[in-house]
Amino acid sequence: MIKQITVFLENTEGRLAALTHTLRRANVNMYALTIAETSDYGLVRIICDDPDAALEALRAEDFRATQTNVSAIEVPNRPGGLAELLDTLASLNMNIEYGYCFSSKGDKAVDVFKISGHAHTAEATFKLEEAGFKPLRQEDLA
Amino acid sequence: MGAQTDVLHMPHDQIERIQLEGIKKTVVDCYENVPFYKKSFDEAGFNPYAVETIDDLKKAPFVTKQDLRDNYPYGMLARPLSEVKEIHMSSGTTGIATVGAYTEHDLKFWGECFARGIRYAGGGPNDILHVCYGYGLFTGGLGAHYGGLAAGCTVIPMSSGSTERQLRVMRDMGSTIIACTPSYAMHLADVAIEKGINPAQDFKLRAGIMGAEPFSDSFRAELERKLGIKALDIYGLTELMGPGVAIECLEQDGLHIAEDHFYCEVIDPVTGENLPDGEWGELVITTLDREASPVVRYRTRDITRILPDTCACGVTHRRIDRLHGRTDDMLVLRGVNVFPSQVEDVMEAFPEVSSWYQIELTTKNSLDDVALKVEINPDFDFDNIGAIEKLQSDIQKRLKEQLLIKINVRIVEPKSIPRSEGKAKRVIDLRKGIYND
Repeated sequence: MIKQITVFLENTEGRLAALTHTLRRANVNMYALTIAETSDYGLVRIICDDPDAALEALRAEDFRATQTNVSAIEVPNRPGGLAELLDTLASLNMNIEYGYCFSSKGDKAVDVFKISGHAHTAEATFKLEEAGFKPLRQEDLA
Repeated sequence: MGAQTDVLHMPHDQIERIQLEGIKKTVVDCYENVPFYKKSFDEAGFNPYAVETIDDLKKAPFVTKQDLRDNYPYGMLARPLSEVKEIHMSSGTTGIATVGAYTEHDLKFWGECFARGIRYAGGGPNDILHVCYGYGLFTGGLGAHYGGLAAGCTVIPMSSGSTERQLRVMRDMGSTIIACTPSYAMHLADVAIEKGINPAQDFKLRAGIMGAEPFSDSFRAELERKLGIKALDIYGLTELMGPGVAIECLEQDGLHIAEDHFYCEVIDPVTGENLPDGEWGELVITTLDREASPVVRYRTRDITRILPDTCACGVTHRRIDRLHGRTDDMLVLRGVNVFPSQVEDVMEAFPEVSSWYQIELTTKNSLDDVALKVEINPDFDFDNIGAIEKLQSDIQKRLKEQLLIKINVRIVEPKSIPRSEGKAKRVIDLRKGIYND
């Protein structure tokens, strides 16, 4: 289980740049950044080395930011690696709200998921570990 | 103080006697000294010398803002300029300014009217009145200033702007009562809190006399909590005098009219017929002892009602309800009449959004398109787009139920709606055609 930062951004020029400058000043290093967009606004999701410092810095500069627990799972970096993980989630009746892959070095890839419902993230982590996957913790990212 | 107390607590039939005398004097004064009134009374067949009851005033024609503009600059004066001590003007954002002139007597009772608000708040000589209304042609600054002097306060004439300096002076000088617009008070509170100051504890403020724009109950509650004050609503307009025509007492249940200086009626804005007490309509005011700029049956365009019952505070002067918008702020959207205050009422039901909002009107496919911009609150959990979309559609649905029109709700970033130092700009009208080019 790792901490993800979610930021609400209007669709206007320069807002994403301003966000990255804020994180640079706070000396936060990002591992992943994805944007889910609508016509008026976007939600920016960030995995980084210091999610607490990132949240504090963003809020101090009036960004609307929250922190969410998500599951980060290490899977083999080969055809079918993600499919096996998703099969397992399906068999555990766990629904994915959103997800993305954030690194694929060597023979491992890391996939991030938000499982529906707040309580499910911890449960998912536990059950995936039981099923032989490797859920990552915040420390594993550094 | 003694005489003031008597005026505020005298039996209502005694107030009515003062009103009848004031009405008689004012209509004759206007007829004899202001050519505009001579013409309009004659045309309407209204005989100012035949007024015998307060009800007889209802035969007199109305005066509108346009009439005052048409007689710019000095056409409405009932006294020679040698007797005029001061002049104020309305902001004139929609055209030519309207002028209010004051003799020494007019300035004195203006101060006394405003001072009633300070007294309602329990204030007096031991108070430090921090005035951050703009000083100048706008009646807010000097009206509050004269009120503070009349109530015996120490007055700090800060005027508007320079928020950090306001906060420093407020803390260093120990200001106890603040006079400003509610939106500026909220701005002051928010800036203070950002700087790590807790105004409710670190400042000595205990009351605010706030006017020049309407504010909702939830906005007031937030303001009172943040500043640690009781915020009293004050009503007034340049055409009649300035702030102090009516002011709330600590009951916060309607604004006591200064009935010994102003006679108030409520009319149907469409037919012009008088409405019974308790019914909402347009406020019409007649001055009772204004010397330089007397006004007979002025259509304020403000929507309120007269509260019929007596107030628990003991002041016998009747009350008007808090303003419910203006007849000319009334938006006609796709043929439906909408007051911005109705939008505010709906938003109060959603703790997820802040009290800052803006209505933006545009034309899309030759139809009115209404967008409501609202800011989300810090504690709202918005991790997924579904949560934001649900909030949007919930607000939209409630607006549709209440106002019968479709309003597109747009959630915007914190602080992206401009914080004004004067009146909050709640409506931006970018429509083409009959409204704009």
